[in-house]
Amino acid sequence: MSQDNNTNTTNTTGHVWDNDLQELDNPLPRWWIWGFYITFVFTIVYWLFYPAWPIGDNYTKGVPGLNSITYTATQPNGEQVEKTTHWNMRSKFMVEMNELQEAQKKWFDKVAAMPFEDVQKDAELMQFVNSVGKTMFTDNCAPCHQQGAQGKIGFSPNLADDHWQYGGTYQNIEETIVAGRNGYMPPFKEVLQDEQITQLANYVLEMSGEPHDAEASKAGAALFRSETAACYYCHGENAQGKIQMGSANLTDKIWLWADIPGSKTDAAKLAEVKRVITGGLNRGVMPAWSGRLSPAQIKLLTVYVHDSLGGGK
Amino acid sequence: MKHDKIERNLGILAILTMLAISAGGMVEIVPLFFIKETVEKVEGVRPYTPLELRGRDIYIREGCYLCHSQMIRPFRDEALRYGHYSLAAESKYDHPFQWGSKRTGPDLARVGNKYSNEWQTQHLIAPRSLVPQSVMPNYPWLIKNALDYSDIQKRMLALRTTGVPYSNSQAEYERNVTEFGADVAKQLHIPDAEKNLIGQEQLNNYDGKADQVTEMDALVSYLQVLGTMVDFKKYADDEFVKYR
Ligand code: HEC
Ligand code: HEC
Ligand code: HEC
Repeated sequence: MSQDNNTNTTNTTGHVWDNDLQELDNPLPRWWIWGFYITFVFTIVYWLFYPAWPIGDNYTKGVPGLNSITYTATQPNGEQVEKTTHWNMRSKFMVEMNELQEAQKKWFDKVAAMPFEDVQKDAELMQFVNSVGKTMFTDNCAPCHQQGAQGKIGFSPNLADDHWQYGGTYQNIEETIVAGRNGYMPPFKEVLQDEQITQLANYVLEMSGEPHDAEASKAGAALFRSETAACYYCHGENAQGKIQMGSANLTDKIWLWADIPGSKTDAAKLAEVKRVITGGLNRGVMPAWSGRLSPAQIKLLTVYVHDSLGGGK
Repeated sequence: MKHDKIERNLGILAILTMLAISAGGMVEIVPLFFIKETVEKVEGVRPYTPLELRGRDIYIREGCYLCHSQMIRPFRDEALRYGHYSLAAESKYDHPFQWGSKRTGPDLARVGNKYSNEWQTQHLIAPRSLVPQSVMPNYPWLIKNALDYSDIQKRMLALRTTGVPYSNSQAEYERNVTEFGADVAKQLHIPDAEKNLIGQEQLNNYDGKADQVTEMDALVSYLQVLGTMVDFKKYADDEFVKYR
């Protein structure tokens, strides 16, 4: 065999290893060579259509008019301008966004023009609110309020129930989303004795129907409305909270910061409430979204929170 | 030269290969240094404060870039989820930049101010306590480790040699006041680095632990500034088209 090859083939490099292994030296197939030349032609055509060659501090942008892109731009003052540029990623992006806005414009315009109350009566429109709202909620809100909007004790409130610290009307909710919230309660560890804090905690537990020490609670009730502790100043005479400052309603069974549902023993419950009063509250920040979402998106999200998640007032 | 010679001589082959690749690289990269429009003209971009800078170092040390990019591309889906596409100008003081190429987790180019400090801290300690389906690792040591900032001045000096405008003299400080305003310029002054670092931590107490500057403080301060320097509301939505 090897003998045959040696004599019959001229296209070898002439190397022989192990007496019979040779290296062939055939020209590249014709189709391959042509393919190679075609890439040259393609390159030149590409230069005509797309930005390509750097020249000094600038670059060629393709033959003017051959591959241009027209899009609509929005100025900071809301004015719309039509513009035409050479092809580039960013103007192509503008076209993509224009198309999206065009497709959704009908719906967003409808939401923007309607009073809040009417949006939820329009079943077709609500389908749009639900699908867009769900995506926005997942991307922006779910990491804190959780996927089902059920919230997380010690971290963020439930948005699916009908209890609202900052009010549950459309306007309240919109304001919350636009500007954010940051409820503040001062720490009382330096203002009050440990015994006084225990009394107040017992009172807070009593108001929510939790096990408590009746005598301590009575003292706590007085303290609550005294100038020493001045809890009433923020939580109100009736301890039902004020929506202007988001002070919690202490008379219901809903807990956000003191983990009462998670506390197994009475002592643990007391300790939780004492922890809140001692240390105060200020780290529960609801971020402001006006920088990240457009007014139309925020309005849509408000309807989503109020009606799709439920519990709005 | 004969192919034969090149292919049989490893040294020559290596040198010629490198030459060919560098020629290709130079042709692609060098013009970018000269083309005026590569880095967009935009207001607000500033170098990191000392605390943010240490946070960035921790970001790199922990390998966050292996799962997170910091580069929003000009595509519709990315704009909808993350916000305005990233500008070259926004990473002009990043050495090296953290664009990344792998997205196991979301892009972080505009995560600044999206969440609270409390969320960032809790999420780094135990991501699954907030996002049950997360595959991000826990980083519980960040809040336990005191931040080592003994060499912060050296780090800033090193960056200064690459062109980041940290100031080391009164004249440079004055220049920064003109360029960035007095508040920012103070933060960029190398001789005051430790003082500024501690000051920023005490003012914001990112991790909720008041008594100590931790690695968590630094990392959260860095995350909270990402993508927030440019106010895009000031510009038309096609402002940055003209740079391409
Ligand atoms: C960083 C975590 C975080 C994110 C993200 C977040 N929230 Fe909140 N949200 C909170 C916290 C904490 C509160 C409670 C604030 C307080 O009590 O001071 C809150 C409160 C609210 C309230 C008021 C509830 C009430 O009882 O009055 C609404 C409404 C709300 N969030 C909606 C949203 C929406 C919509 C989004 C998404 C755009 C969102 N939140 C994203 C943390 C967050
Ligand atoms: C400066 C106003 C202010 C004062 C004074 C104040 N609180 Fe509060 N309190 C708040 C706010 C605001 C919240 C809700 C914080 C939030 O949601 O971010 C709150 C929440 C609470 C909670 C947590 C409720 C929950 O759902 O877990 C308790 C308990 C409480 N306060 C008890 C008291 C007691 C007792 C006093 C008096 C010693 C007091 N507060 C004084 C503003 C105040
Ligand atoms: C194994 C891959 C992985 C690594 C490594 C990793 N992450 Fe993540 N990260 C994720 C995933 C997945 C998510 C989305 C789920 C979640 O929020 O936890 C995420 C989410 C986040 C978010 C929230 C982004 C948003 O917009 O919701 C932040 C901030 C973040 N990571 C920061 C970091 C930092 C800082 C580090 C380094 C200390 C890090 N990650 C390391 C996978 C990772």
